[in-house]
Amino acid sequence: MRLRIAKKDTAGGYKAVLIRVGAVLVALVLSGLLMTAMGYNPISAFAAIIKGSFGSKRGLINTITVAIPLLVVALGLSISFSMRFWNIGGEGQLIMGAIFATFVAHNLPVNTPTPVYLITMAIASMIGGALFALIPGLFRAYSGTNETLFTLMLNYVAIKITVFLRLVLWKDPEAKGFPSIEAIPKIAHLPKVFGIHSGWIIALIATVLVYVFLKYTKRGYETRVVGESERTAHYAGINVRRVLISGVILSGGLVGLAGFVKLSGAAFTLSESIGGGNGFSAVIIAWLAQLNAPVMVIVALLFAAMEQGAMGMELALKIPASVADIIKGLILFTALASEFFIAYRVVIEPGPRQLQKQAQKEDQV
Amino acid sequence: MNFRKIMTVILALVLVVGVFAGCAQSSVTTAAAAETTAAAAETTAAAAAEKIKVGVIYISPKNDGGWSQAHATGFANAVAAVGADKIDLKEIENINDADAQQTETALNQLVADGCQLIFATSFNYMDVVEKVALENPEIKFEHCSGYKSADNFANYFGQIEQPRYLSGIVAGRMTKTNTIGYVAAMPIPEVYRGLNAFTLGVRSVNPDAIVKVTWTNTWFNPQLEKEAAISLIDSGADVLAQHQDSTATQQAAQEKGVYGIGYDNPMYSEAIKDAYLTAPVWNWGAYYQTRLQGMVDGTWATGSYWGGMNEGVIALDAMTALVPADVQTEVNGLIDTMKAKGNDFVFAGPIKDNTGKERVAAGTSLPAADQFSMDWYVEGVVVAE
Repeated sequence: MRLRIAKKDTAGGYKAVLIRVGAVLVALVLSGLLMTAMGYNPISAFAAIIKGSFGSKRGLINTITVAIPLLVVALGLSISFSMRFWNIGGEGQLIMGAIFATFVAHNLPVNTPTPVYLITMAIASMIGGALFALIPGLFRAYSGTNETLFTLMLNYVAIKITVFLRLVLWKDPEAKGFPSIEAIPKIAHLPKVFGIHSGWIIALIATVLVYVFLKYTKRGYETRVVGESERTAHYAGINVRRVLISGVILSGGLVGLAGFVKLSGAAFTLSESIGGGNGFSAVIIAWLAQLNAPVMVIVALLFAAMEQGAMGMELALKIPASVADIIKGLILFTALASEFFIAYRVVIEPGPRQLQKQAQKEDQV
Repeated sequence: MNFRKIMTVILALVLVVGVFAGCAQSSVTTAAAAETTAAAAETTAAAAAEKIKVGVIYISPKNDGGWSQAHATGFANAVAAVGADKIDLKEIENINDADAQQTETALNQLVADGCQLIFATSFNYMDVVEKVALENPEIKFEHCSGYKSADNFANYFGQIEQPRYLSGIVAGRMTKTNTIGYVAAMPIPEVYRGLNAFTLGVRSVNPDAIVKVTWTNTWFNPQLEKEAAISLIDSGADVLAQHQDSTATQQAAQEKGVYGIGYDNPMYSEAIKDAYLTAPVWNWGAYYQTRLQGMVDGTWATGSYWGGMNEGVIALDAMTALVPADVQTEVNGLIDTMKAKGNDFVFAGPIKDNTGKERVAAGTSLPAADQFSMDWYVEGVVVAE
């Protein structure tokens, strides 16, 4: 017997929905078994996940707050991924955006009105992110350099730049010898709307814009064609280089904007941890949503809910963070696995020995 | 080539590996988990309605063998002393103190859970704790190792420099190469203070010895800590000390056949029995007990606490048999002086920095404010290249 993985001709429809629902059930059963084996009541664990993420006003605010930067980064990355530009540098582009925004926040005159302050910071962050994405973008467009490793390594460059700023260039003299960067002034904070920093409005606007851009504009169409096949795009008269570069600028700019949103809405102080791994989580979010902007809103929310739910479990059941992490991992794993089974099927076919037997049988006949 | 297919397969593989790695780790923690559930079951049996919920956030797992474990042990002891029927401890582990958003959501989870007093046990939590404390004036907060406070927001720390100085005497007596290695975490005043106190202790008995320091820029990263320790040994150090939250430095010392001085907790175990000499240790239970009792009695008040050996919040771990009897007598003979004079004894002049400039004149001591913002090295410290 031999197993072969084959691409499905038709992916989607009610079968896809069935597989996804099945995946959730598998995740629940698996993690339930795991928790029972460890001596925890799985029902109260699931209750704690829901209570921690959506069950209280604070929990809900937490979940949305965490989802905002995740969503903006995922949206930015999805533009890169649509043209098969493997941008794994979200973390670095986010940090660069935050660095540029911090610079503006500390250098604008204090009597600048808040809207001007915020808009200038937002634009600066987009420039920061775009420039940082443009470096690997240019190398890819003009010399075919592998952008996956390039963007990945630039994350560490951005982190080290921030460490340098924190230890040397921007070290806050008021911090009693502690090497930290001064917090941005109050005037540079994003105002709260419905109890959550207004980054959520920015994220929703970005969702609509990215959706419209990829679906309904000429450049968006060209971007997707480049993603399908650069050669086809070339024959169709599309300037591949131009599409690549403009796409990378848009992508990096949006990821950089997430740096501003996080700085102005939640962190208020630049540090090398401002990304918090969002640049990497967003890769998974973008793909789970199959690069579909509105779906990313839901996936980002669920992703954030998982994190808050894990904290909820730690509190309600007094379980260690590592167990909560395993359950988080299991849920994510089954979700990814279901996407695999939606796109592919496992074919069972006769192995060489069975083929031989069959042949022998036929000979006898 | 179908990139999407490859991507999916890679992601799936990574996750499988991740799940297995997680499972392997969990077998270690299950024992601890079973213990905590047993304790939880016990406590829930008692009158749950009266309990005061107390929240804690830790920077690392609470069984890290170091910093967080010292705090967790302190809380467990304090709850046992005050009464498990009176306090319900709510803990969240692994909250990165440099990630302000994660810190804030963790604190909010504790607030939503109904905690009336919340402890944040790492330096960088400070600004976020201040923010959340201002937003929730009815809830009390305590922050370890910082300098900010408010009516509902206290800070606390211990003068670990005192046992560090004593452990420096042990190192100064034990070294044969006159080179002592020091694996240091973050370049912040707390770590400078400890390193300098240790070096002053070393040179009080061995003026020829130097202390080589390597900065790891992380509190908890066992692999990196071990690499730093090994490179210090390779450059001639025959005694290692650490300002790190794992036991990796001690393991490196054991493997390479040199001596080690730990930190945070009594670190002695069979695995490091040929290396481990002693350690400056935290005894947070002493402080937490008074704070939790204050909550029960309704007498909790804000403040800035900086206790020393005299208050019992810190100590020198019992020296192992590897330390000769005369050295043990010498060190133990200083404990009473240390309790009486505290950090004034540790930072008594004359003290020069490692560029030769005089920092503290003879007959005086370094003022507390200057200790708290220390960012220079005393004479005898060499930064490893």
